[in-house]
Amino acid sequence: MSATLNAIKGLTRDQIAARAAADIPEGWAVNLGIGVPTLIADHITDREVIFHAENGLLGVGPKPPAGEENPWIINAGKQFVTMLPGASTMGSSDSFAIIRGGHLDLAVLGGYEVSEAGDLANWSTGENDVCPAVGGAMDLGAGAKQVWVLMDHTTKSGQPKLVEKCGYPLTALASVTRVYTNLAVIDITPRGFVLVECAPGVIFEDVQARTGAKLHHPD
Amino acid sequence: MIDKFVPDIATAMAGIKDGATIMLGGFGNVGQPIPLVDHLAEMGLKDLTIIANNAGAAFGGMTKLLETGAIAKVVCSYPRSTESSIFSDLYKEGKIKMELTPQGTLAERIRAASAGVPAFFTPTGAGTLLAAGKETREINGRLCVLETALHADVALLLAWEADRWGNLNYHLTGRNFNPVMAGAAKLTIAQCLHKVELGELPADAVMTPGIYVNRVVHIPEAA
Repeated sequence: MSATLNAIKGLTRDQIAARAAADIPEGWAVNLGIGVPTLIADHITDREVIFHAENGLLGVGPKPPAGEENPWIINAGKQFVTMLPGASTMGSSDSFAIIRGGHLDLAVLGGYEVSEAGDLANWSTGENDVCPAVGGAMDLGAGAKQVWVLMDHTTKSGQPKLVEKCGYPLTALASVTRVYTNLAVIDITPRGFVLVECAPGVIFEDVQARTGAKLHHPD
Repeated sequence: MIDKFVPDIATAMAGIKDGATIMLGGFGNVGQPIPLVDHLAEMGLKDLTIIANNAGAAFGGMTKLLETGAIAKVVCSYPRSTESSIFSDLYKEGKIKMELTPQGTLAERIRAASAGVPAFFTPTGAGTLLAAGKETREINGRLCVLETALHADVALLLAWEADRWGNLNYHLTGRNFNPVMAGAAKLTIAQCLHKVELGELPADAVMTPGIYVNRVVHIPEAA
């Protein structure tokens, strides 16, 4: 059925990041995963949010201007970053105690699939993955107070990425609390997927048709 | 007089044998003692187990260690590198073993070894492929997996400053896995970029107390 649906473009990746950024309040400590989640930082300019990089930096600042990179200041994607005033550095053991001990308000991750129970699959494509790598994904998935996932609503071939049960290897069980896609913002509740809002020009039925599990109206 | 400084890399690395389990500090190449790894690759050793966050990622001496077949197994969280496919090729061909571990579990398993904790339960990884075959238990309503301490024969670290008692500190994000590995190996060898006199490091600025460190070699270059 999905093959017969017309493509809906919805939000761009940067717009998805901007939409998620709008929901992050001042004062939160947030870890941004590699890829689209990283774009969130550019959209938070009017309030203090403390960004954590799991290689051991709390208080990550913007990318340095060309020629001013400090080789000792990198993020978990091994990109050069800066430190804000108030930043602190720590070893990996302390950095993951921050994650695993529930001290982060939020982790924002990319995803291959999210189930209606909040299970996340984002680290391995299973048998096609000749050399799997996990990094800090399982720690973030299990440890942060909230886990938001930013991803396209469907695969390139139109298959739903919000599903009843994940087909790809799991990253964490029952951990995702909210999903931001190009089509919608969806909460994960004890009832399952609950629509929070649609992207401009998109309606409930469009989202339901591209979701692999029941989508609930908000209360 | 206690003096843990050794004159050169060869003296620092003396006694590492075939079959050794070796921890490498560093996150990518930041905080990795690259001259020590380069020297390790020249030692002609076999059957090594390398424990490092990015073990397998081919740069510096790691490339040669992989190419010469010196490594039998890696324990790591993220073996990929953008520059080289040598590890994934060896892994695909079954020529190298990998124990893939979530990054925080890797750090905690090393910390457990250094603190005398044989094993611990954690929710990280529970219910995933990386918990396959491991003991699980529900604790406070949450599925947890039993993870064991990770010990090594040798740890190779990169410090910023060191004194002759082996007290170390680290620079910015160069700290990463270095301090936690210092206590988890039988023989801890640190490269330092700056050598300081005893007493120069304020007691409360020492990040790794010298008790964990056996040998220090002063090599001012990070790479």
